[in-house]
Amino acid sequence: MLPIVEVSGLTKRFGDFTAVDGVSFEIRPGEILGLLGPNGAGKTTTFQMLLGLVTPTAGSIRMFGKDLVQHREEILSQVNFSSTYISMPYSLTAEENLWVTAKLYGLSDIARRIDEVVKKLEMEEFRHKLTRKLSSGQMTRLTLAKAILTEPKILFLDEPTASLDPDIAHKIRALLKDVRRSAGLSILYTSHNMREMEEMSDRIIFLQKGKVVAQGTVQEITERFGQRDLEEVFLKLARES
Amino acid sequence: MKIHRIQALITRHLFLYKRSLPRLMEIFYWPFLDLVVWGFITVYLMKFQGQLPGVVTFFLGALILWDVLFRAQQGITISFLEEIWSRNLMNLFASPLKPSEFLAATMTLSVFKVAMVSCVMVAAAYFFYSYNVFMIGLSLIPFVVNLIVTGWIIGVLTTSLIMRFGQEAEVLAWGMVFLFQPISCVFYPIDILPKWLQAVAWANPATHVFEGMRGVLSGGSLPVAHLGWAVGLNLLYLVTIIGVFHWTFNICKEKGLLVRVGE
Repeated sequence: MLPIVEVSGLTKRFGDFTAVDGVSFEIRPGEILGLLGPNGAGKTTTFQMLLGLVTPTAGSIRMFGKDLVQHREEILSQVNFSSTYISMPYSLTAEENLWVTAKLYGLSDIARRIDEVVKKLEMEEFRHKLTRKLSSGQMTRLTLAKAILTEPKILFLDEPTASLDPDIAHKIRALLKDVRRSAGLSILYTSHNMREMEEMSDRIIFLQKGKVVAQGTVQEITERFGQRDLEEVFLKLARES
Repeated sequence: MKIHRIQALITRHLFLYKRSLPRLMEIFYWPFLDLVVWGFITVYLMKFQGQLPGVVTFFLGALILWDVLFRAQQGITISFLEEIWSRNLMNLFASPLKPSEFLAATMTLSVFKVAMVSCVMVAAAYFFYSYNVFMIGLSLIPFVVNLIVTGWIIGVLTTSLIMRFGQEAEVLAWGMVFLFQPISCVFYPIDILPKWLQAVAWANPATHVFEGMRGVLSGGSLPVAHLGWAVGLNLLYLVTIIGVFHWTFNICKEKGLLVRVGE
């Protein structure tokens, strides 16, 4: 099966500092790829390049077999993202924000689609609430709702459960697995919760100082580094650096 | 360009206007206050009507037209700042939205803003000072259109600078337009300026509009030459500034500034 995302030799330099250094990986259809690494490893910059927000210094990004730079509009209409570090306009209600997103991506039957997503993410109680009044957990659910609302083929998730309580976090993980199963969605996933990464990821890429230092399934990686689990591998690599 | 994406951005701002007091004040309160203050100055100056013929028509007409330019600029710049303040730029530019669609939406919003503010000012001028701006006649239409475009040009320039230099440049959203005011000859004729500054002022499309307005109010006919210059300069600057915006946008993506603006 052809990969849905192909990243080759991706490099980003800011002056003398190299944030991402020759990173290459693929994401296959329906796969969840975990992107792991300590702070400053280059995960966020990689995300931003994949979303077309930062221009790479070198290398290429292809999605659906097309180059991101040349086919930006076509590709980004099939991609969405969620991050703990973004927000949405505070003076709009949660539902108004979803409506604007739906319109931006050219969805039809917007009301029905919003109803579906609101129900899936259990947002009924705050769908008419102003975004500025949402708790951080509700805000995370709203940005996730924004991400799945547009029925993307690829989802980039940057610590999607970081501010959620264990119950909601569990439901969100179940929902993501369900969406992935039913819609064949591919996901690039980052989290500092190693158990979550083990549970969610089919494969892991470990970044350190902008470079890929390990790549494979959880089992392959733990065996290669002679550790019991991903957390021990993370600690070993992070402390060695 | 996709209309639905432009519509999405316009709707996002209309949702905001619905419940934002500061945004409503921009439309109703500040323009009204401007008019009241300048109205009283004009009433005072009317005492010297003999020395200053046509003072009321010049001042209030100029004030209303200056506000067209000012609000057109604000319509663009404040819309961009709203996205920075709500940390929404990533959501917008990681979507299929094109920079040109973003500009088209903010330009449409600025026209909406100008229309609302003009209604407030025209009505207030009429009720409080018995001043009818429509005495300018049909020339009013090309005057207003040109001032809106000049406002867009200054707005896009300001937005590019904020995008490139971040939060520290935010103050330009309110200050930049006043840099152009002295050389727009809003409240005085161009021959008041020193010779060297007159040359600079003639390169400003707004100067041609205000000179033309004074000509019409002094009993002249449609100032074709002034309008021709205003249209020509506006087109030249508009094309240039849109190019500058796209160039700045790409530089910001290269330097990673687009995701950091406002931090």
